[in-house]
Amino acid sequence: MSYIIDRRLNGKNKSTVNRQRFLRRYKAHIKKAVGEAMNSRSITDMEKGEQISIPTRDISEPAFSHGPGGHVERVLPGNKQFSTGDRIPRQGQQGGGGGGGGNASDSGEGVDDFVFQISQEEFLDFMFEGLQLPNMIKRRLAGNESFQVVRAGISNEGTPGRINVVRSLRAANARRIALTSSKRRNIKLLAEELEQEEQKDPALRDQRRIEFLRHRIEDIQARVKRVPFLDDFDLKYNLLVRQPRPRSRAVMFCLMDVSGSMNQATKDMAKRFFLLLYLFLQRSYEYTEVVFIRHHTSAKEVDEEEFFYSRETGGTIVSSALKLMRTIIRERYPASEWNIYGAQASDGDNWNDDSSTCHKILIDDIMPHVQYYSYVEITPRDHQALWEEYESVKALFPEHFAMEQIVDVQDIYPVFRQLFSQKVSA
Amino acid sequence: MFDQYSSAPDTKPEGPISTSSEWTFELIREYDEAIGELAGEFGLDTYPNQIEVISSEQMMDAYSSVGMPVGYNHWSFGKQFISVENNYQRGLMGLAYEIVINSNPCIAYLMEENTMTMQALVIAHACYGHNSFFKGNYLFRSWTDASSIIDYLIFAKNYIRECEQRHGLDEVESVLDSCHSLMNYGVDRYKRPYPISAVEEERRQKEREEYRQRQLNDLWRTIPKLGEEGDGVEPRRFPEEPQENILYFIEKNAPLLENWQRELVRIVRKLAQYFYPQRQTQVMNEGWASFWHYTLLTELYRRGRVTEGFMIEFLQSHTNVIYQPAFDSPYYSGINPYTLGFSIFSDLRRICEEPTAEDREWFPDIAGSNWKETLQFAMRDFKDESFILQFLSPKVMRDMKLFCVSDDDRDSEIVVNAIHDEDGYRQLRANLAGQYNLGNREPNIQVFSVANRGDRSLTLHHTQHRRRPLGKETKEVMRHIHRLWGFDVHLHSFNGDELTASYHCPDEGRDRAEREEEPMLVPKPI
Repeated sequence: MSYIIDRRLNGKNKSTVNRQRFLRRYKAHIKKAVGEAMNSRSITDMEKGEQISIPTRDISEPAFSHGPGGHVERVLPGNKQFSTGDRIPRQGQQGGGGGGGGNASDSGEGVDDFVFQISQEEFLDFMFEGLQLPNMIKRRLAGNESFQVVRAGISNEGTPGRINVVRSLRAANARRIALTSSKRRNIKLLAEELEQEEQKDPALRDQRRIEFLRHRIEDIQARVKRVPFLDDFDLKYNLLVRQPRPRSRAVMFCLMDVSGSMNQATKDMAKRFFLLLYLFLQRSYEYTEVVFIRHHTSAKEVDEEEFFYSRETGGTIVSSALKLMRTIIRERYPASEWNIYGAQASDGDNWNDDSSTCHKILIDDIMPHVQYYSYVEITPRDHQALWEEYESVKALFPEHFAMEQIVDVQDIYPVFRQLFSQKVSA
Repeated sequence: MFDQYSSAPDTKPEGPISTSSEWTFELIREYDEAIGELAGEFGLDTYPNQIEVISSEQMMDAYSSVGMPVGYNHWSFGKQFISVENNYQRGLMGLAYEIVINSNPCIAYLMEENTMTMQALVIAHACYGHNSFFKGNYLFRSWTDASSIIDYLIFAKNYIRECEQRHGLDEVESVLDSCHSLMNYGVDRYKRPYPISAVEEERRQKEREEYRQRQLNDLWRTIPKLGEEGDGVEPRRFPEEPQENILYFIEKNAPLLENWQRELVRIVRKLAQYFYPQRQTQVMNEGWASFWHYTLLTELYRRGRVTEGFMIEFLQSHTNVIYQPAFDSPYYSGINPYTLGFSIFSDLRRICEEPTAEDREWFPDIAGSNWKETLQFAMRDFKDESFILQFLSPKVMRDMKLFCVSDDDRDSEIVVNAIHDEDGYRQLRANLAGQYNLGNREPNIQVFSVANRGDRSLTLHHTQHRRRPLGKETKEVMRHIHRLWGFDVHLHSFNGDELTASYHCPDEGRDRAEREEEPMLVPKPI
């Protein structure tokens, strides 16, 4: 006797919990791998999943077992040339291994790492774990793209699927009571009269009156019955309305120096930094826009392609980019509606007298509007005037301004983490 | 095949059940009926079958929860799942065609990707082979209760989830880790327990809690009784006899464990007990199932119920399953239990049906007997060790070209001390049987004493088997025992009467793999 059951439609992710437990336990390893991956990845696949490898010994589940040594007798299959009494020299240091096989199976000394894949989602979770956007998110009603359906009481019109049974029946009941009350009152009066008639002595009874009353009662009762139990206008429907939802929007300004002193490698580092920031903002905001501004002596708003790949060089006037950013904010991104983030990458070379202009623009026009402004200086050399000016900005806006120096690719992720690490709230 | 069925007229002159490789539920039912009928004719006694068709993802889930349909949550199962998933996705590993669960009804999983032939093979192998083994073999009959296991698993899962909510994931996880490391030491080998159902279990769990606390209080009483001191009587050692079931000992006697922690120890112990028969009957179980899928399907073919194409596909899978690479092959990873078991059972049938002079000398009792009865006997009353010792025939040893090497670390060379010839058969058979003795495979470690008057330390003794020392994970395991016990733990490894190594946790530099000059204050084993 057998039962045959189709279980294919049952849940198939029974192991998800256990998988999560595993990831949770080896968080430290995975985080390290994620950090390393960030440094070695090409820019285009920053946000894919990642192969994680953990040394096998770290995840082993220990148990009592025999170690090498002592006297072991093994039975092996597939004898070709041995006869009783043959002596075989030992291979290697450990016992076993006789004739080539034997030991591999029972000592279990796999030194390979335990390698597995985590998904993009998990990768980003680990990448940005413990990071937070430093300042409160502004939410605004913007556009009409996102709605939330909410209940809004009862209406008289609607689709049959939304009929509210209780309310409909209650309305029907009320209507029936209202429409029949006078009739029922009449019936009551007639019934009383009829009773009085019937109480009388049979000789005094007015038989015709009785007949008439009976008739009348039946007639009215029939009319009461004719009032429908449920009528069209009794039907009540649940009303659902769409409410616009406040959404959080962010715009990120990427400012990059493309002057002659920035080479391809430096630009690549800047790009990695921008990309990290972009991914991070995307996770925190429902809607993120990016504005690319490149500058040498003059600044220009460009598209992504041009931002990273066009070759154009010249001197450096950093304030040109800041001015452009100021203009764009005024025109397109009112600070009351947008969360504004600025990220600037440069090698620190600037016209000396321009740095003080930068300082002024930042303090007067930019810092009051942005949520956060980060500056990375990609240079192995000593800092110049720009860095010093920015340091004084930082002193004024310690919560909203951050700056770090990056020397090579390895620094990017740690620097990023440092810029956005969760501040312990006082 | 000269059994009685070949002469019986085919009462149902039906054609093949199916001709294409696509399976349908009707076809599965038809095959199951045909195979079940045949199994009945061959005298296989089985639990009812519950055949479940699942997808490969679900198979991976089943895989990583050691085949159990319900399992508590633990990271180690996640690790298992991830490695299975990885290997499968990279094509390193095909999934097993089937998983079968020792329960009543016996649950067998069929993968939807399989062809009709494979489904039939799995039905024959799992639903009639393994199933009859679970029902018949003495170890399964006395150690597990097929009808209550699913209930118990549900109880365990719920209980552990409750503990996690109450005491936190980390707390529960660390206790389970420690218990898992001692899983092989959670079985009473000489006592037969009675598994009970979940409802019963829940009811008793309350009682146990109270009882345990009373016992503990007694054991760890620190107020001295009047007149006890200085009366010259040597205090009794506790436990009076060494205890092999370390988990049980911890569950009952560990001084600091909370009640829920004891219950976790118990759950792991119960699962260990459930798997205990499976660990001891791998060769027999797989051999028996392989023998029957082979026998049942070839009989179906003989009766014309399956096509030649079916048989070609079946035989290809079958030969893959029972392939034994030679010891020097890169694919060699120990003796294939399917091969060994299948060969022994097949040869047993041959010995019964066509005995040679050699068989009459080696197996006077069974040569020429009724093969079905003999096989049933072999299946019912043995475990791997005794089964090999009893039934491994010279022919199988010759066919598999078995030989035995002796590897003694005192000797500079490895010696071949027996091969598949007249002088070697007996030794070969004894040695191979010894390989399947759990006692030889796992170090023999027992609870020796507890210093219940002193520092409450727990002392374990390891009795070496042929001077084999403990592996390098020992220290780790000691840490786990220490976590459960809560006080110092010592482990002494003895070769005969000679103490060769000691492990301590916490170690504080006391660890010695080698014996040193200073005398050690360790009691000699009794």
